[in-house]
Amino acid sequence: MAYPKQYRYTKEHEWVDARGDLATIGITDYAQHELGDVVFVELPKPGTKLETGKTFGTVESVKAVSEIYAPASGEVLEANAELHNTPEKLNTDPHGAAWLIKARLTNASELNGLMDAAAYEAYIADKGKEASA
Amino acid sequence: MESVTTPPISELRKTALNALHRRRGAKMVNFGGWDMPVEYPSSGGLIAEHKAVRGSVGVFDVSHMGDIRIRSGAKLRGALAAVQHISMNDASKLAIGQAHYSAMLYPEGTFVDDVIVHRLGEDDFLLVINAGTREKDINWVRANTRGFDCVVEELSDAYTQLAIQGPRAVDVLRKLTDTDLSAIKNYWFTHGTVCGLKNTLIARTGYTGEDGFEIYVPSDAATSEKVWNQVMEAGREFGIIPCGLGARNTLRLESKMALYGHEISDKINVWEAGLDRYCKMEKGDFIGRAAVERAKAAGLTRTLIGLEMIDRGIARDEYPCCNEAGEAIGVITSGSPSPTLGKNIALAYVPPSYSAVGTVLYVEIRNQNCKAQVVPTPFYKRPKLASTSNATKTA
Repeated sequence: MAYPKQYRYTKEHEWVDARGDLATIGITDYAQHELGDVVFVELPKPGTKLETGKTFGTVESVKAVSEIYAPASGEVLEANAELHNTPEKLNTDPHGAAWLIKARLTNASELNGLMDAAAYEAYIADKGKEASA
Repeated sequence: MESVTTPPISELRKTALNALHRRRGAKMVNFGGWDMPVEYPSSGGLIAEHKAVRGSVGVFDVSHMGDIRIRSGAKLRGALAAVQHISMNDASKLAIGQAHYSAMLYPEGTFVDDVIVHRLGEDDFLLVINAGTREKDINWVRANTRGFDCVVEELSDAYTQLAIQGPRAVDVLRKLTDTDLSAIKNYWFTHGTVCGLKNTLIARTGYTGEDGFEIYVPSDAATSEKVWNQVMEAGREFGIIPCGLGARNTLRLESKMALYGHEISDKINVWEAGLDRYCKMEKGDFIGRAAVERAKAAGLTRTLIGLEMIDRGIARDEYPCCNEAGEAIGVITSGSPSPTLGKNIALAYVPPSYSAVGTVLYVEIRNQNCKAQVVPTPFYKRPKLASTSNATKTA
């Protein structure tokens, strides 16, 4: 699956699509693949404060529990209600319809420290090599 | 998402099929020091694998399991006496070609490991043990059979063990052997030619709660891959898929089969684990017997129960269990979504006063108490088919 060029990526496998201070946040295709069949998603209510690097939600597969970390500080505007009943969408469309939250960022320049698509692809390719060494 | 830390692969042990799993794109994990497939994305992943085993057939590489053979020394009966001494079930009741579930206990009545004991001959036994406890088990067996006239051999690395599991497992294996499989009842075994390999151990055993077979073939990579590929080929018409340890875990959990380090351990005794039907007090003395007797007389302080979540949330291993007053009263030993039932299920240790079916309990999930209730176990029982009506489990 392609990693959208306009997104920014964290080492913990979240993506951010920011337009000014408005951002959509999700987990990457690599993350959903590592997790396997996603069966449960827990997301914050609108108004919840996000703090960079702090957990704001949980995604669970049959086998694993994974915390999701805020890539930047801000406030939650909307959580993706679709994922409540159809968490498996995270396995098929993690970069699109299965976004997790929309947020207003406190300081969009925080995202400058994140990876672009090319850097993220190199990062996960490295992880792949480690795993099969 | 939390970063996935990968231990150095070089330090992990590998089965003979490791390269094949990797070539086929299996997702690998460290399981008790072994580099093993947890799921096969090419099979559709864990849930698809689980459903294949319940509905038709799947194949697992379980070569990480250990094997210990105990056979006669100079005189006959030495091996039987040794097996009787180190395990809690009554091996004297086994016919040649029969196997049973048993366990090796510490003098405290807690678990060294659970084992399947196969009677290969009059005074010749094969114990199949867990991967994560191999070294501990073999040391325990050697140390505690020293006074007996028997020979103990570890054969763990000699075999590739494949588990072909599911209602169509018999149809798959039938194509690969001239052995009459219908003559092998549940928890019995025989030796026959499989994939052209003579004298292969074929056991009607497994860890899925489904009908199925485990076969033991020589552990060189060429033979192991050949057999794996022939099983896959023979199973194609039944939709066979390779399965990983993830599905193995959800399958065994639905069937309430114990996993060492979870439902059983060196801290948990036979009565608490509810495995006393496999513990034959009347057979004579064995290691742990006195402690088990004392524990029985003293009464239970905790017992293993099945839970089904009522609230949204998945109970996981080691999450605390609370009563309605919010007091911590127990702990989850295994928890997962159940692909067969479409519910979130768990096993937990709680005081007997909370063990009645229907009792409402709460599981603490990320600082929130989520409602659950005690349900009958096993969570899943395979339908009895007319053709396998004599498949009674040997206690």
